[in-house]
Amino acid sequence: MSNSQAAGAPPKRTIDVVNASLKRRYARERRFRLVGLAAVILGLTFVGLLFADIIAKGHTAFVQTYIQLPVTFEAQTLDPAGTRDPETLAGANYQAVIRDALRSEFPQVTERRATRALASMISVGAPSHLRDMVLANPDLIGTTREVWLLADDDIDMLMKGHIDRNLPESERRVKDQTVAWVEQLESRGRIEKRFNTIFFTTGTSREPELAGIAGALMGSFYTLVLTLLISFPIGVGAALYLEEFAPKNRWTDLIEVNINNLAAVPSIVFGLLGLAVFISIFGVPRSTPLVAALVLSLMTLPTIIIASRAALKSVPPSIREAALGVGASPLQTQMHHVLPLAMPGMLTGTIIGMAQALGETAPLLMIGMIAFIVDIPSGFTSPTTVLPVQIFLWADSPERAFVERTSAAIMVLLAFLILMNLGAVLLRRRFERRW
Amino acid sequence: MSTTVDDMSRRIGAMSSAELAGGRESRVTVGDVTCANPRMVCRDVDVFYGSTQAIKGVSLDIGKNEVVSMIGPSGCGKSTFLRCLNRMNDTIDGCRVTGSIKLDGQDIYDKGLDPVPLRAQVGMVFQKPNPFPKSIYENVAYGPRIHGLTNSKAELDEVIEGSLQKAGLWNEVKDRLDKPGTGLSGGQQQRLCIARTIAVSPEVILMDEPCSALDPIATAIIEELIDELRANYSIAIVTHSMQQAARVSQRTAYFHLGDLIEVGETNQIFTNPKHRLTEDYITGRFG
Repeated sequence: MSNSQAAGAPPKRTIDVVNASLKRRYARERRFRLVGLAAVILGLTFVGLLFADIIAKGHTAFVQTYIQLPVTFEAQTLDPAGTRDPETLAGANYQAVIRDALRSEFPQVTERRATRALASMISVGAPSHLRDMVLANPDLIGTTREVWLLADDDIDMLMKGHIDRNLPESERRVKDQTVAWVEQLESRGRIEKRFNTIFFTTGTSREPELAGIAGALMGSFYTLVLTLLISFPIGVGAALYLEEFAPKNRWTDLIEVNINNLAAVPSIVFGLLGLAVFISIFGVPRSTPLVAALVLSLMTLPTIIIASRAALKSVPPSIREAALGVGASPLQTQMHHVLPLAMPGMLTGTIIGMAQALGETAPLLMIGMIAFIVDIPSGFTSPTTVLPVQIFLWADSPERAFVERTSAAIMVLLAFLILMNLGAVLLRRRFERRW
Repeated sequence: MSTTVDDMSRRIGAMSSAELAGGRESRVTVGDVTCANPRMVCRDVDVFYGSTQAIKGVSLDIGKNEVVSMIGPSGCGKSTFLRCLNRMNDTIDGCRVTGSIKLDGQDIYDKGLDPVPLRAQVGMVFQKPNPFPKSIYENVAYGPRIHGLTNSKAELDEVIEGSLQKAGLWNEVKDRLDKPGTGLSGGQQQRLCIARTIAVSPEVILMDEPCSALDPIATAIIEELIDELRANYSIAIVTHSMQQAARVSQRTAYFHLGDLIEVGETNQIFTNPKHRLTEDYITGRFG
């Protein structure tokens, strides 16, 4: 534009300049929104894929294959003396009872190797199931009952379609004759999938069909309860002291820097620390919720302290002045007014810390939680494992049936997490209502 | 107010000569800082925030059953001085107070003195209404409860009704005592804060610009209230409104950059100020 033209043009009004740039500004805004939306959609897609994959793989673990057999509780085999002594009954040969039942169901199978293959269709846990039945009701002896017995994991996989019947025999785990037996049972309606109560009521096992999540679930529960009991009061107390009571000097600055650093320490270091300090020096029993909770508390404390301090900072100073102004002592001011107002923020920090603790695996490997423990823990000092470690262990197992159990365990872990967060959100809402 | 060139030059001339002479320009307090029946006696109070001095040698008495207003431009230290009177400044890091402040002959900055009972005796109403995020009842009940002033629920109810009545709020809230105090209007909230303060029966009430966030109607109600409260309490009020100071107070203190410039009967300060700075301020030449 030449000078003469510029001089000749009337002076531009502000509104013209604004209008000229308006289009560009709105375009930028639209772009920003689109990028944001795309990010959210991408994130949700991956979460959706993850969930779909886990559910698709894991939902079959919630049912389990059972085989119905006419079981004759032969007095001759179980209780030859006829004393009904519980010890005799507990030690009796229930395997033989099952073998007899199978023989009566498949009378044509007589060859020795085939008989053994037939017996292997029933889970190794079935005899103890019969034993429990007899111990609960000794009158069963001498009678014949139709009993649903747990099938072996290979049969279960076959029934669920994880083992393809159309493959040549040499390429699958289950032999042709077994497939034929299963089809026979199917035609007689003597094999079916039922809800898998075992998965929710037992601890882990070498046999996939007998492996349950209850041990790890209770282990996680005990560990988290204890972690919460240890880390929440200490974390809130530390935050309150540092924020409201401690003098602001070089030492408190140093402590603050260290807390922030601790939040960034890799979790496995806390595991090593737990091993060296809690187990070696203080002799805390290993593999227990107690030692796990101590280690996880160390790990979550920085998170809780940092969130709690931020929550305390956000309480308006006018509330403190109001309380001090009517003559409340500093501790009363904190306890009656500041703490309730900061509580929602503190709870948010605690939820984050607890969720982190629930999913943590690495430090727990260092303190013996990886041990193979079948029993369901009965308290804070009984050996146990926890959900993420159980998932890790099952994911590492070679049996095909553990694949679905791994996914099912992940679902249980996620459900646990959602329940926990739900509880915390409800709790937080209760505190917020007092606003 | 119009200012002629002549007037201006006269003032400039007066400033330079008076600075040397120490007369109308000196920072020594003009007027009588004492009163006949003092409840609080402050002598040579200095306040430091770190290394900066916010208050320089202020002496002032607060009498029984009187309202003392403190006026002055922003940042002159009047709020700081007020907050010294119940040791609210203790909560500020790096704040240091020297000199003597006595309540009924007892030095409140004495090492052995606990600020908690002091604040029960010297209550405070803040600039911004700051009710607790609790019910109206709980707001007023808090003070009596922590100090154990009442023995029964009935007695506590009585104290609460009395305080709310004195604060002129009873009729408006008696049907909704369980509703949150934060749900009231600004003027009502401030009266709730006053009720909360008088529920512990203090001897002195400090008010730090209590009406600065309120509309003229709410302000009028609170000013009326201050006048009624005078019968039972000593009141020190910081205000930016000279009209308010003139309406509610018996004595007025004018602060300027940390100095107490002039103290006197409110009438005298507003009609016949002795110090030039006071005159300039109340006539609106600055501030």
